[in-house]
Amino acid sequence: MKPRKVPAAATAVLMLALAATACGSGGGSDDGKKVTVGIKFDQPGVGLKTPDGDYEGFDVDVARYVAGQLGYAPSDIVFKEAKSADRETLLQRGDVDFIVASYSINDERRTKVDFAGPYFLAHQDVLVRAGDDSITSPADLNGRKLCSVTGSTSAQNVKNELAPRAQLQEYGGYSECLTGLENGTIDAVTTDDAILAGYAAQDHFKGKFRLGGFELSDELYGIGVKKGDTELRSDIDTALRKMVLDSAWQRAVEANFGPAGYRSEPPPGIGAPAAETPAG
Amino acid sequence: MSSVLYDTPGPRARRRSILYTAGFLLVLAAAAWWVVTGLAEKGQLEWSRWAPFFTDSRVWTTFLLPGLENTLIAAALALVIALPLGAVLGIARMSDHWWVRGAAGTVVEFFRAIPVLILMLFANAAYAAFFDVSPERRPLYAVVTGLVLYNASVLAEVVRAGILALPRGQSDAARAIGMRKGQTMRYVLLPQSVTAMLPAIVSQMVVIVKDTALGGAMLGFSELLASVRPISANYGANTIASFTVVAVIFIVLNFVLTSFAARLEGRLRRGRRSTGAVVAADAVEELATPGEHVGHKPEPPARS
Amino acid sequence: MFDFLQGYDVLGAFWTTVQLTLWSAIGSLLWGTALAAMRVSPVPVMRGFGTWYVNVVRNIPLTVIIIFTSLGLFQTLGVSLGAGTFTVINFRLAVLGLIAYTSAFVCEALRSGINTVPLGQVEAARALGLGFTQVLGLIVLPQAFRSVVGPLANVLIALTKNTTVAAAIGVPEAALLMREMIENEAQLILISAVFAAGFLVLTLPTGLFLGWVSRKAAVRR
Repeated sequence: MKPRKVPAAATAVLMLALAATACGSGGGSDDGKKVTVGIKFDQPGVGLKTPDGDYEGFDVDVARYVAGQLGYAPSDIVFKEAKSADRETLLQRGDVDFIVASYSINDERRTKVDFAGPYFLAHQDVLVRAGDDSITSPADLNGRKLCSVTGSTSAQNVKNELAPRAQLQEYGGYSECLTGLENGTIDAVTTDDAILAGYAAQDHFKGKFRLGGFELSDELYGIGVKKGDTELRSDIDTALRKMVLDSAWQRAVEANFGPAGYRSEPPPGIGAPAAETPAG
Repeated sequence: MSSVLYDTPGPRARRRSILYTAGFLLVLAAAAWWVVTGLAEKGQLEWSRWAPFFTDSRVWTTFLLPGLENTLIAAALALVIALPLGAVLGIARMSDHWWVRGAAGTVVEFFRAIPVLILMLFANAAYAAFFDVSPERRPLYAVVTGLVLYNASVLAEVVRAGILALPRGQSDAARAIGMRKGQTMRYVLLPQSVTAMLPAIVSQMVVIVKDTALGGAMLGFSELLASVRPISANYGANTIASFTVVAVIFIVLNFVLTSFAARLEGRLRRGRRSTGAVVAADAVEELATPGEHVGHKPEPPARS
Repeated sequence: MFDFLQGYDVLGAFWTTVQLTLWSAIGSLLWGTALAAMRVSPVPVMRGFGTWYVNVVRNIPLTVIIIFTSLGLFQTLGVSLGAGTFTVINFRLAVLGLIAYTSAFVCEALRSGINTVPLGQVEAARALGLGFTQVLGLIVLPQAFRSVVGPLANVLIALTKNTTVAAAIGVPEAALLMREMIENEAQLILISAVFAAGFLVLTLPTGLFLGWVSRKAAVRR
């Protein structure tokens, strides 16, 4: 056997594998002056990657403001996608410095990560067709067709507690739900009102959908940081308070959710004990 | 064009054929009409939903092409890793030692009997639970792992079929000049069977490319199918248009691969310098399921 | 040790898998035969359609087809296949998608079977004055079917494995339940072993049994 050939082939395989996977290993906080922020990439109005490779939405505005207060120039912010199921792992591993991704504060998550904020109070709600007057209260959802994304707690909430006789379709993303809602095969899409408002505010949907305004739950959005990083957490709290005070917060809300005719809550008490007490 | 199945049509058969043609076209047209009006009625054909794919190159550069790139990376990695593994398994299945044969056979039969999605789900959860892999890359690893486990088993059978397809004279001649088993395999059988296997390997690439889409739908792997999500989030939930464009890209990509495999097979079958032995491109469908398929007599060539 | 199975209907999920497989198998056998007949028919348009169908469908990922049945056929075109609830609609849509996909492979298997029928058989039939439908239905297909039991068994096993893709539109079959259990329970290895075993039980005996049938059924020449 010609021994030269095997190492060459093996090296080629290894090189291919490395070349294919080595890219995109963005750094954490320790590589100079960059800051890595986890956001959603596919939620219009909240966190969205746009075709020109930029990012927009309320969470993105908050992230940019906070990063600015922490001393980073806009060009030093690296945005990374934080899918719902990956958020705790991303923080624990230090893949991102903090996460602004419609991240509701709850006890289970608080055992794994720390939260700055809350910076926004959202409620679980439903989105229905603008002309559909038959759904005016949560009980009206009984016997109707609901849609949400796979494995989301919102849909189970409605089905288990509010409207047990509602049917539930689950898809990988909200866009699929909206296709059904638009075409009349689905009666209501349910998740946080901020996310729904973001979709409804898109040019294509103006005037087509309305929010139910049911306030089915209270979701306090926090900024996730690594467990135990109290310094970063309090710095972010300070930045958030400043954002509310100099009305940048209000401007961001109006710019992102305004077109949907969505009445948002006043800013929640940031870092105030009130936000922490529910957890005990 | 005539076929052995029917006579050259006379005047009556021609009239009937025209009638059938008209009827069939009518059915097709009715189906197309139903789809088009249905879509139009629901506003799915509005130009604003399709325009981004034709007028906005950024849709391609930001979403579709990176998705396609990930699809191809995953498929290529899976093939490159599965090939040597499959070769080892395939050769081990022809070993003279019963325990080597048995072990390799068990592995091959096991992974061919289990859906690739189950393998991917397992790999994804295993990487999350037992390894320190970044969530960003975990879906790629899981998809590639699932594909490798499955395709190594399929390719093992392709390799075995390739070696068995060679004329017996090759190994007889090798033995006659005093080569040992290992030498026969390395210098005589493997090099020739690689050529014979090429069409089947290219054809298996199509299967791999199609299976990567499972990762996009079920594991959050950012491949071509998953690029529908950010696109439809940006352009007013144009899901129908996005899925259609993605489907067309898949068809074109796989059609190129399929045609390449067919041409390769044709060349090898006609080739003067090779033994003419070949594992057909469509044999992979058969080799992909558990059970004994290797060593059947080849199908006679198509007739029509 | 098997506490983690509490509260999960594993058998029910595999029963759904079996039902998906059986209905799709029947449907794709019928539609696949029709496609094969079109591909060898004297009418050029039908031949063209058959070829086009097989080439397009074989090159699309099944995942795309299944999602399309839900999003395109149901959500947009309003095809609910006579069902009223999402559970039933999704099941039927998945069967439809699996039929559309699998029949392309059935068609190709049958076509190769048609090629194994000796020329003399066909020529003798034509000499007797049989038309195309009679030649195909009385002489060619019966022999072709007997010679392709083996390849069709492979298509059936592949179909059994492919039913997992129905999870993409929320049909509660084995793969969807496995994903749910992995998310909620800690025993990853045991859970995976249970589902792997389930599929081994479904696919291996099918392969062995149909392998035996195929040897019995083969036309001796």
